[in-house]
Amino acid sequence: MSHVTESAEKTYETVVGLEVHVELATKTKLFCRCSTTFGDEPNANTCPICLAHPGTLPQLNEEAVAYAIKAALALGCEISERTKFDRKSYFYPDLPKAYQLSQYDQPLGQNGKIEIEVDGVKKTVRIERVHLEEDAGKLLHTVGGTLVDLNRGGVPLIEIVSAPDLRSGKEARAYLEKLKAILSYTGVSDVRMEEGSLRCDANVSVRPVGETRFGTKTEIKNMNTFSGVEKAIEYEAARQVEVLKQGGWVRQETRRFDDARRVTIAMRSKERAQDYRYFPDPDLVPFTVSRAWVEEIKSSIPELPDERRARYMAQYGLSAYDAGVLTLERTLADFYESAVQAGGDPKAIANWLMVEVLGHLNKENKAITETPMRPEHLSELVKLIEEGVISGKIGKSVLPEMLESGEAPRTIIERKGLIQIQDTSALEPIIAKVIENNPQSVADYRAGKDRALGFLVGQVMKETKGKANPQRVNELLLKALRS
Amino acid sequence: MGEALYEKSLLVLRKLLQDGDLTVSEVVQSYLTRVRTVETRVGSFIELAEEEALLQGAKTLDERRSRGEGDISHHPLYGLPVGMKDNIAVRGMRMTNASRMLEHYRSPYDATVTTRLREAEGIIMGKLNMDEFAMGSSTETSALQTTRNPWHTDYVPGGSSGGSAAAVAAGEVAFAFGTDSGGSIRQPAAYTGVVGFKPTYGRISRFGVAAFASSFDTVGFLTRDALDAAFILDIFSGFDEKDTTSLPHEPTNVYHTLKDRDPDTFLKGLRIAVPHEFMGEVISPEVKARIEEAFHVLEQAGAHIEYVHFPHMAYAEPAYYILTSAEASSNMSRFDGVRYGYRAKDVEDIETMFKKTRSEGLGWEVKRRILLGTFSLSAGHYEAFYQKAQKVRTLIHEDFARLFADYDVVLGPTTPTAAFKFGERLSDPLKMYESDLLTVIANLAGLPAISVPAGFTSAGLPVGLQIMGPMLGEEEVLGVAHAYQTLTEHHLARPTL
Repeated sequence: MSHVTESAEKTYETVVGLEVHVELATKTKLFCRCSTTFGDEPNANTCPICLAHPGTLPQLNEEAVAYAIKAALALGCEISERTKFDRKSYFYPDLPKAYQLSQYDQPLGQNGKIEIEVDGVKKTVRIERVHLEEDAGKLLHTVGGTLVDLNRGGVPLIEIVSAPDLRSGKEARAYLEKLKAILSYTGVSDVRMEEGSLRCDANVSVRPVGETRFGTKTEIKNMNTFSGVEKAIEYEAARQVEVLKQGGWVRQETRRFDDARRVTIAMRSKERAQDYRYFPDPDLVPFTVSRAWVEEIKSSIPELPDERRARYMAQYGLSAYDAGVLTLERTLADFYESAVQAGGDPKAIANWLMVEVLGHLNKENKAITETPMRPEHLSELVKLIEEGVISGKIGKSVLPEMLESGEAPRTIIERKGLIQIQDTSALEPIIAKVIENNPQSVADYRAGKDRALGFLVGQVMKETKGKANPQRVNELLLKALRS
Repeated sequence: MGEALYEKSLLVLRKLLQDGDLTVSEVVQSYLTRVRTVETRVGSFIELAEEEALLQGAKTLDERRSRGEGDISHHPLYGLPVGMKDNIAVRGMRMTNASRMLEHYRSPYDATVTTRLREAEGIIMGKLNMDEFAMGSSTETSALQTTRNPWHTDYVPGGSSGGSAAAVAAGEVAFAFGTDSGGSIRQPAAYTGVVGFKPTYGRISRFGVAAFASSFDTVGFLTRDALDAAFILDIFSGFDEKDTTSLPHEPTNVYHTLKDRDPDTFLKGLRIAVPHEFMGEVISPEVKARIEEAFHVLEQAGAHIEYVHFPHMAYAEPAYYILTSAEASSNMSRFDGVRYGYRAKDVEDIETMFKKTRSEGLGWEVKRRILLGTFSLSAGHYEAFYQKAQKVRTLIHEDFARLFADYDVVLGPTTPTAAFKFGERLSDPLKMYESDLLTVIANLAGLPAISVPAGFTSAGLPVGLQIMGPMLGEEEVLGVAHAYQTLTEHHLARPTL
């Protein structure tokens, strides 16, 4: 039992590789012309081809190939000039042909990478491959038996396989967030984990620090949120370390994450690897991807999150953190940029957007695309404050209405009479009245108690229902008190 | 005269229809009568179209014609009765593939050839028997019925397109569609004394044709003569976007080239290769004698025949069975009882449902090939079997390329022997596979090839002469076949039933 003590003294590191499946947002399926619409009646979007009737043949959807190439390029991959589809065989009721058309040894994209940042530390995660394949259908378990819905069967997917470069659940999460950001920028997928258009399996192992060989890995499935992925990996790594410390060994198996209990549970052993009997699909001839086509697709890729973040820092003087938050989602980054282009201090706009706007939206669980407020309105609000037309406080008070109704800030403040009183002739009588009504405070001020001034300013603001420009009131009060 | 309607070639019938000497109703009625007379002895049809519907359809065509509507020259198969092998999709009709698995299955869509056939206004008489999923060489593996050789009903019609060959030989249809993955058109054509033509792989769309071995399967025809085959090829060849393996070429235009060509001028100086390996000991003396007679006819007309070697012939058969079984094992996997076709009863879970459905629904020859194919695709065997066989395929390609650099066509017998009796080879798969010995190489290389009648054995069984051409060389293949038929009368013989 001495080795138990020995291993208990070791420290371990976690090794994670992720396999991410992303549904491409093409209008039609990968090998037939059926619609890819989500949420239709079961089996509404099927035809003899995707139901694998005898005699049917696959017809490759070129749009899907273009999307896959675009995604692979955005992830820094090299694009294979010659590629093909292979049959991956297994029996399952949601797989009509009993083989999935996938890519085995000639994936569309290889050797990519993405940058992540965790706790201020930057890291490059290698992407081994990006390949194109068809999705399977869905099983619906009912009291009367199991039903099959093949609407999803044949929808194009890309599988993105990372190298085992991740060292924690947190890193895995950062990788997923970056991956999602990149893919949503390219527009090839709506990358929604809750609708299943992004799915993730994690290969997790642990090894003593300093060890170069990998430990035995387990594959974790059924993680439905990014935070779920993080928790599942942390749990699984801790479980494996515990097993090793107890003197046991990790079984190679597939495990399921139980979100409610936050644990992973063994599903099936993987010690006898399943033989998928891959071979090239004789129904689809191998095809070449021309350099010209790749260049054309490359030129259609928009500025990606990392580039945009760098530009926001350089061009608008934003901090790394702020630029990072604003560029994580393309819609938010676009909103920010439009607001800045409409005028106003870029830093102020960034603050308003991140603190006030996102604060409100997060409370209501809404995205930036779900408010009728236009970017120019945010710019206008910031400019109104800069010009002293309204105070920051009033700005904050009208923002919820802007977000709700989509009205311009000037319209709201005018209707509500919230424009600041700057006019001396309007303010002087009020100041005179406040001085007259508060002799004690006036005396206190003159006796050197500076705090009394604040009280008097407050009284003027009260009289004007907050509309007076505080700066102006200050000046005029001082002048009146000195006279 | 003396020749019954059902004995005439497609082109002769067509002329009579076009000239108005015959009505479609007369043609259809004549064929229906013929089918009624002989079908109990031949057994080609798995499903015969409904008689009333056929006659009604014929009447509609006749009425339209008498009103002077519709230019029939735009419909090249106007009113001609056609048979479809039962692995080709015809919407609403059965598509059993001669399997229990699909005994009650009806296709929800039309194959591309079916669509073109409807546009050409051919009349679909019905679906024809075959070996189960086209796996077999005698039509004995059909799970649904027995088809007999019209020349001698104790003998098999060959396979897998046995129903198609028998129907044409017996005069039940004017021509029939077949599929040929290793000789499935040519071998039954040879056994039943008709013309069996397999074009270049990819010439005709496979869309709607149940796959046996996808990289081998080729749609072709069984006809009375080579000119019929040329005429039909021109209608059905050409690229189809629904089949990415179909060749990106325009439809052929062989018929018009052949029609007006003088056979003697064509044959003069033609360079013919005959591989020694095609005429070896395995060839029965009677078959060899008929084929040598055919060579003599061609030589008399001025063709040069030379004996050559085909170095990798010995490996063709094993490579063919490894590759086709591998593809078949995968193509058969969709028959799982979930969405259509047979489903086993009384099963407690999905795994058992799959196993029992396939055990009960598929026949022994199909299962044998699934097992062979699954084995050769398995991890650890893939390189030794599947990949090695692919290399052989490349070598066969190269053998042919070398031959066609010096010769116009390659000739030999279609089969080593004439038709055999029922049950004779069924229990001995290797003996059965031997009937494909001379035909599989054309499929390994994807080349066009034809079998034409070349006389009879002393037992009165037909013998077939095989002509193979280079890639896209349909014109050479059909040209030699047509020239041979203008010099001989073997193709005019009809069985007595």
